[in-house]
Amino acid sequence: MPQPRTIIEKVWDAHVVKEEPGAPTLIYIDLHLVHEVTSPQAFEGLRERGLKVRRPDLTFGTTDHSTPTTPRSLPIADPVARTQVEQFEKNCREFGIPHFGFHSDGQGIVHVIGPENGLTQPGMTVVCGDSHTATHGAFGALAFGIGTSQVEHVLATQCLLQRKPKAYKVEVTGRLKPGVTAKDIILALIAKIGVGGGTGCVFEYCGPAIRALSMEERMTVCNMSIEAGARAGLIAPDETTFEYLHGRRFAPKGADWDAAVERWKKLPTDEGAAYDKQTSIDADALEPMITYGTNPGMGIPITAPVPSPEEVGDLLERDSLKKALEYMALEPGRPLLGRPIDVVFIGSCTNSRMADLRAAAEVLKGRKVAPNVRCLVVPGSQPIKRQAEAEGLDRIFKDAGAEWREAGCSMCIAMNGDQLNPGQYAVSTSNRNFEGRQGKGGRTFLASPLTAAAAAVAGKIADPRELL
Amino acid sequence: MKKFETFSSRLVPLPVDNIDTDQIIPARFLKTISKAGLGDQLFYDWRYDAEGNPKPDFILNQPRAKGAAILLAGDNFGCGSSREHAPWALTQFGFRAVISTSFADIFKGNALKNSLLPIEVPAEIHAELFQKVDENPDYEVTVDLARQKLVLAGGREVHFDVDPFAKQCMLEGIDEIGWILKHEDDIRAYEAAHPAPINTLAG
Ligand code: SF4
Repeated sequence: MPQPRTIIEKVWDAHVVKEEPGAPTLIYIDLHLVHEVTSPQAFEGLRERGLKVRRPDLTFGTTDHSTPTTPRSLPIADPVARTQVEQFEKNCREFGIPHFGFHSDGQGIVHVIGPENGLTQPGMTVVCGDSHTATHGAFGALAFGIGTSQVEHVLATQCLLQRKPKAYKVEVTGRLKPGVTAKDIILALIAKIGVGGGTGCVFEYCGPAIRALSMEERMTVCNMSIEAGARAGLIAPDETTFEYLHGRRFAPKGADWDAAVERWKKLPTDEGAAYDKQTSIDADALEPMITYGTNPGMGIPITAPVPSPEEVGDLLERDSLKKALEYMALEPGRPLLGRPIDVVFIGSCTNSRMADLRAAAEVLKGRKVAPNVRCLVVPGSQPIKRQAEAEGLDRIFKDAGAEWREAGCSMCIAMNGDQLNPGQYAVSTSNRNFEGRQGKGGRTFLASPLTAAAAAVAGKIADPRELL
Repeated sequence: MKKFETFSSRLVPLPVDNIDTDQIIPARFLKTISKAGLGDQLFYDWRYDAEGNPKPDFILNQPRAKGAAILLAGDNFGCGSSREHAPWALTQFGFRAVISTSFADIFKGNALKNSLLPIEVPAEIHAELFQKVDENPDYEVTVDLARQKLVLAGGREVHFDVDPFAKQCMLEGIDEIGWILKHEDDIRAYEAAHPAPINTLAG
């Protein structure tokens, strides 16, 4: 009998091009996504070496990071960003890479457009010069972020040198309670194992609470794998996956579809396969989560008090917590509930899909954004924007006093002009609360779309369960 | 890539855990389409005040950082984004090695590809180094990649692990891409045996 394998090993094994003693494994990449920020120096490298893009048919590009979310009729105001976006479109044209440019009706965040167009499929290897590439793992793909040198490697050879990752099983038991979401699962995991807890590993999320999630929710979970240090996180495909993919633009059609589904059904981890590490989360016990500090591992249930540095044994760790609380200007030992905020950001590759917008709209419907709060709602892609408008969600947001913007990364990374002012507090559905991530001096609380919308209405940090 | 040679240097201590890539090089500097100028933006928001003047109390602005080639940082250095701008900024500033107890995966890979050596040391050595530089800002260590040793003052040696392939590339000054390109036949054989699951040019 063959050795039982995890889905991670199955996908890995199927992509080995060459194994040589003394070198990492050469693996093949099925899908390479590119965007304007981490690719220019890679294209420049190709030019310097006189190389072509080996497989433009396995490559796809979009503009998102430094792309403004103001009306598309306006030019890109920031000349540096404009040059970057124009250079990206030029590079894609020169090297024959299909892409959604700034004015394309398909444009959107790279991790949103891949799945939306059926580019991401089970069993694939997917890479992108972006650490949240783990998002695509929701489909049972081995998907991870790479640096610009590696972007160049993949453009030129469609291959990467990689060491085989360890397999880390994350079992989520039980069932989520109303008001508790996929975002809360992943924030709870990162709080539990820390921002370095998954280093060197790929997560496989499993268990009944994961099976019960929609594809959009699964993407939210996988998206933040990197925030626990894991380069990738994936979920074995099932009927939910197939149903989502069926009929999408780049998904297989007809007999090819049936054959693909048969292949995909063989991907889930074999009974008895061994993992290098494991942990579990009890969904029944979860509350809405929120971060208080300056890394995504500094998270607590929304009703809990902010931890005190005095309670931390390790010296450096204590100093780091102290430094984080100083930056956030928060008092230890007190709950975050009721703390006034300035901005609410609903968007990013973590939470900008239809389910997220619908959840936010459910809270905002018939209510008003508090007068002290600026609330931005930024759809993940142009198709999502159109769909939301067809459902009337844009009206709900605008009537509530929120801004309804064009698609892009926006205030998740604050490269495009959407940013916090120094000292401002934001509740954000994005994935990073690092110092200055959402604008120099800005302070971020990470939470779910429900919690973010509740904060927008209350003007302060609030428990979304009270508004449902 | 230049060959990585044994060198001795003072240490620049930055005793903060989980230093993320947004601190190393803030995102607003990633709008560039080249690699130039990133060294001046290294740790920008910790290094300069609101008017863009250097903050005298930040370590990189102090004389002891001048010419130093080793950063001594807290645990889990380089977490966060995949931006290779982080090692580009560090090397442009003059760093050739970073010492920590652990590094984030993507950062480590990116650093090695840019001849910036991430040196992982045990917690006791890590604490000892911080103490040593605290007592003596001119405290020096030697980095010997070929032997995988950190040589402390007085000659005591601390072993560190490094991926053998990355080590070879750094010592010989070879780019990985050259190595991959030599495997054209293997790549072609793989492609012949594995039909592509998608075609982004169709659809
Ligand atoms: S939305 Fe944020 S995390 Fe996602 S790709 Fe854009 S910048 Fe990166």
